[in-house]
Amino acid sequence: MNLSRIRLIAIVALFCSFLPGLVHGADLISQQSFGEKNEIVLKFAAEVDKLKAGNINNYTVFEEQDPDIRLELVSATPNYAGTAVSLRFKEPLNTAHTHIVTVKNLGGVEKATATVSQSYLGYLFSILISALLINNFVFTKYLGLCVFFGTSKRKTTAKGMGVVFTLVIVASATMSWFFFNFILIPYNLNFLEIVVFIGLVSLTVQAVDTILRKVNPILFNSFGVYLVLVIANCVIIAVPLMMANNKYNFYETFMLALGAGGGFLLALYLMSSVSERMQLARIPPTFKGLPIAFIVAGQFAMAFLGFSGLKIF
Amino acid sequence: MANDKTSMQLVANGILKENPIFRLALSMCPAVGISTTVMNGFMLGIAVLFVQVCSSVTISMVKNLIHPRIRIPTYTLTIATWVTVIDMVLAAYLPEAYAKMGIFVKLIVAFAIITMRLEMFACKEPVGASFWDGLGMGLGFMIGMMTIGLVRELLGSGAILGYDVLGFKPLLFFILPCAGFFVVGLMMAFFNYIEVFYKRKKGFTS
Repeated sequence: MNLSRIRLIAIVALFCSFLPGLVHGADLISQQSFGEKNEIVLKFAAEVDKLKAGNINNYTVFEEQDPDIRLELVSATPNYAGTAVSLRFKEPLNTAHTHIVTVKNLGGVEKATATVSQSYLGYLFSILISALLINNFVFTKYLGLCVFFGTSKRKTTAKGMGVVFTLVIVASATMSWFFFNFILIPYNLNFLEIVVFIGLVSLTVQAVDTILRKVNPILFNSFGVYLVLVIANCVIIAVPLMMANNKYNFYETFMLALGAGGGFLLALYLMSSVSERMQLARIPPTFKGLPIAFIVAGQFAMAFLGFSGLKIF
Repeated sequence: MANDKTSMQLVANGILKENPIFRLALSMCPAVGISTTVMNGFMLGIAVLFVQVCSSVTISMVKNLIHPRIRIPTYTLTIATWVTVIDMVLAAYLPEAYAKMGIFVKLIVAFAIITMRLEMFACKEPVGASFWDGLGMGLGFMIGMMTIGLVRELLGSGAILGYDVLGFKPLLFFILPCAGFFVVGLMMAFFNYIEVFYKRKKGFTS
């Protein structure tokens, strides 16, 4: 007896918890997503009047953090069946922000609202992939080349350098973010960013050097040589500067630094694999050494062009 | 410690014998990244020249006050100060050229060539010699950048300094960003070839 009552209560509670979902499902707009760069696609639960759906005055769109700035629409194109509409905007949308779309006088409903947003984890992941492959710092941004050609002769060297570099860049980018947001911006000291960022990098390198020497001398013997080279690498200062330019938040900065370090490791590993093979090849004497390394790097750069346009989310 | 070379020898040393781009193969990032035109090379060359000369002279003046263990951070901070100066000057007076060079002006701070000259030359030699050495290195870098820019602009878009010279575009490929690697590699091979050729002519066996 008691058991069946509990079961009843449980079923009612379950039903109630699904109620908001059902109400939401009965809404006019059933699905919303970003389309191309300047496009938002809305799907309707029911068929709507195509004439009304094609009128851009029926829509208001704005970003969640600035409700006062209405984004300018260029066209609203309903599909043939009248169950979906594609809104095109004058300027490309910033898909990192949440957009709010309001529809008036459509499908018998006076006003319907929908929020369009990209999943944040997906966005973070796309920053990582972008820094790793699409905008690889070595092959598509041409940064860090001095160290790249110097340390890509053997695989073991390449791995050591890549790992040390990734560690240092993540640590220094994180510290740079704190300094930039809590000291430079509040006191209007933006012009000091180069001095502060490079200072932090030197500090990190010095700290890693001292700590590693005491804590793990064996590791220091194998990796310590690369620490000095890290400081002469353009990537290490480019990452904080990009962070300051794009006003990234903490997680985005972390992902960018991780992607930059991983991309450098990947580039070094690929290049060192080729270099080891090249030692067996018969290269014309005038091309020996750096010239052939440059040409191989150029071929890698062309291969990495293939990643442009890659979009996962 | 005194250097027995004259000032002109020091300058020539930077331009020819120890050219930063073709001989020492340092500071390759801008040589590949933005050397698509002669003008770009010239602008970045000016910036590097300024930073190199100023930081060489600064370090040479205070060389006796720097503790050897913290010399690398001191160099970096000195360079960063001068880079900030040139960065703000370019952004204020030449905004168009500055926009083309993008992030590379700020990245001068991490160029290996400047740190290397401070470590090898300016921290041991007197102020005057350091000035000439910095001037030579800066000019060498500028000439290297302009040479690569000349080749890429002439063969890529058939123009020099924006003026159409050839009337057609022999190798459009050269203007693409990733061709920078090929151009630098081929030019290095070309200079090596000239060197080998002359040595053979003189009867050296190398």
